[in-house]
Amino acid sequence: MKKTNLISLANVTKDYNLGDLTVRVLKGITLKIKNGEFVAIQGRSGSGKSTLMNIIGLLDTPTAGSYYLEETDVSSLKEDELSYLRNKKIGFVFQSFNLLPRATILENVVLPGIYAGENPKERDEKAGNILEKIGLLKHISKRPNQLSGGEQQRVAIARALMNNPDIILADEPTGNLDTKSGQEVINLLKTLHKQGKTIVLITHEKDIAKQADRIIKLTDGRIN
Amino acid sequence: MDFNELFKLSYRAINANRLRSFLTMLGIVIGVFAIILLVSIGTGLQTFITNQIAGLGSNLIFVIPGRIGGARTPGGVVSNKLVVADAKTLQLKLKSLANVAPVVSQITTVKYKNRENKGTTIFGTTSNYPKIVQNATIERGSFFSKSQEQSGARSAVIGQTVLNNLFYSQNPIGKRFFIGNNIYTVLGVINKRGAVFGIDQDNVVIIPLSAAQRQFGLTHVNTIFISVNSSSSVSRVKEQTKKILLGHLTEDDFTIQTAESTLSIVSNITNILSIALGGIAAISLLVGGIGVANIMLVSVTERTREIGLRKALGAKRSDILKQFLLEAIMLSLTGGIIGIILGLFGSIVLARFLVSQVTLWSVFIAFGFSVVVGIVFGMAPAIRASKLSPIEALRYE
Repeated sequence: MKKTNLISLANVTKDYNLGDLTVRVLKGITLKIKNGEFVAIQGRSGSGKSTLMNIIGLLDTPTAGSYYLEETDVSSLKEDELSYLRNKKIGFVFQSFNLLPRATILENVVLPGIYAGENPKERDEKAGNILEKIGLLKHISKRPNQLSGGEQQRVAIARALMNNPDIILADEPTGNLDTKSGQEVINLLKTLHKQGKTIVLITHEKDIAKQADRIIKLTDGRIN
Repeated sequence: MDFNELFKLSYRAINANRLRSFLTMLGIVIGVFAIILLVSIGTGLQTFITNQIAGLGSNLIFVIPGRIGGARTPGGVVSNKLVVADAKTLQLKLKSLANVAPVVSQITTVKYKNRENKGTTIFGTTSNYPKIVQNATIERGSFFSKSQEQSGARSAVIGQTVLNNLFYSQNPIGKRFFIGNNIYTVLGVINKRGAVFGIDQDNVVIIPLSAAQRQFGLTHVNTIFISVNSSSSVSRVKEQTKKILLGHLTEDDFTIQTAESTLSIVSNITNILSIALGGIAAISLLVGGIGVANIMLVSVTERTREIGLRKALGAKRSDILKQFLLEAIMLSLTGGIIGIILGLFGSIVLARFLVSQVTLWSVFIAFGFSVVVGIVFGMAPAIRASKLSPIEALRYE
């Protein structure tokens, strides 16, 4: 696969207004992530890594600087266009899984497919295939709370894979898990990386970050 | 996002909080129920009164004492200057065009053997009364004749209530009974006419005008009925009547009405009544709508994280808006349908005791209203949900 720049940030800053006070959380981030890379963004809490992830994940916009996703300048996009890109290009994995408690595992996994407008039969089939590959097919009609934490996070990864996105954006995916199931989740991410996905892993744990191809260390809103 | 998915989502959300959804719907149920029921009562009343008046016949003019309404005296004027002599003058002058029947009345007790019937309205009138007032027909026996009327014979035609209370199932024709202290002979029985506004129209005895005047000393009339021979001359006779009466009376002393003009007055009144009743019921539907808005706001707040997640996974603003709007519409529509069913049922049950008539338009309006309530009161919470920023929403605890 040709290694093109998938994510290109240049001099990205992000300010938050807290009343009269303006806090600069990101202080000029420049980074490039190539297609097919496995990158860990590591930093302590308060380093700005969650803000950076939100910007990369198109959930938030920079105060200044530019962000190109492939060839697209995302600062010029409207809200619905951002929704479209999030839906097609990015798969999110959150620390607290964020599965819908009342929906079944299958219903959780197909969610991005629903917003992509896929027809019900195809998307159920697709979700079934993904769940089969990660060994959760037998849980398809269960509710999230009937599964262990590790299993729930793998369901979340299955959901992230639903629309076959280029990027998997995992924000502290092991934060709520014990070491063993945390490692299983990382192994799954590694497998996906081998299959060609670009993985961006946000973590504060050095041991987890070390397993990526490249570590970007974030301290106080800057890359060092 | 297709409708099926939206429907499933809304159904699941409503089903997840059954008690809460039920109570919210109850507000709409009560509102819609009240609209249908009250409009049915209003319409039933209108139909009933309209039929009563229409039954009088289109050729009928009636003159009543005093003044009703008018721009100058909106409350009307009470007067008792319209007398029996006026009716005689009218009959004389309108001879070739119309028949005139004055009616005097008195309420008293009638007795037969040891039975008595209280609160009976005694009407004194002329022998041409059945020909003029079309909704009074003789069921049995006969009305008094012109000679009986002129001789002041104590003969009487009785209503169904009087018949039942005094004579039970016996044949009353020829029976002698008391009106006050005078003995009258039953000549005939008048057909059943029912009750209007709770006033029993069958608790009546009709006697010759002269007998009534002699017994009760009545001179001023209750109504002068004028039956016009041809319906094309109704307005001309009306004008002439006015002219004749103005010869010695003022405009405040009498009011001339036709069945048509009365019908328009009455239907105005009953229309206002229907609208007022419907309006009061609509307020309760409004309150129900506020309940929907309230619960939708709670629902949006509760599901802030879910909204954030859905947005992160690619939901557009419109997807979120539709989801919450449909939920509100489903709540109020379900409530509306239950309300319609209960309202129809209630109207049918009520029709057995009271006048009540279901109208299709009230059902449509109630149905439409509950959808509108869902949209209007669901819109603000839905917009609020759709505008949530995904990161704020995901961070929400």
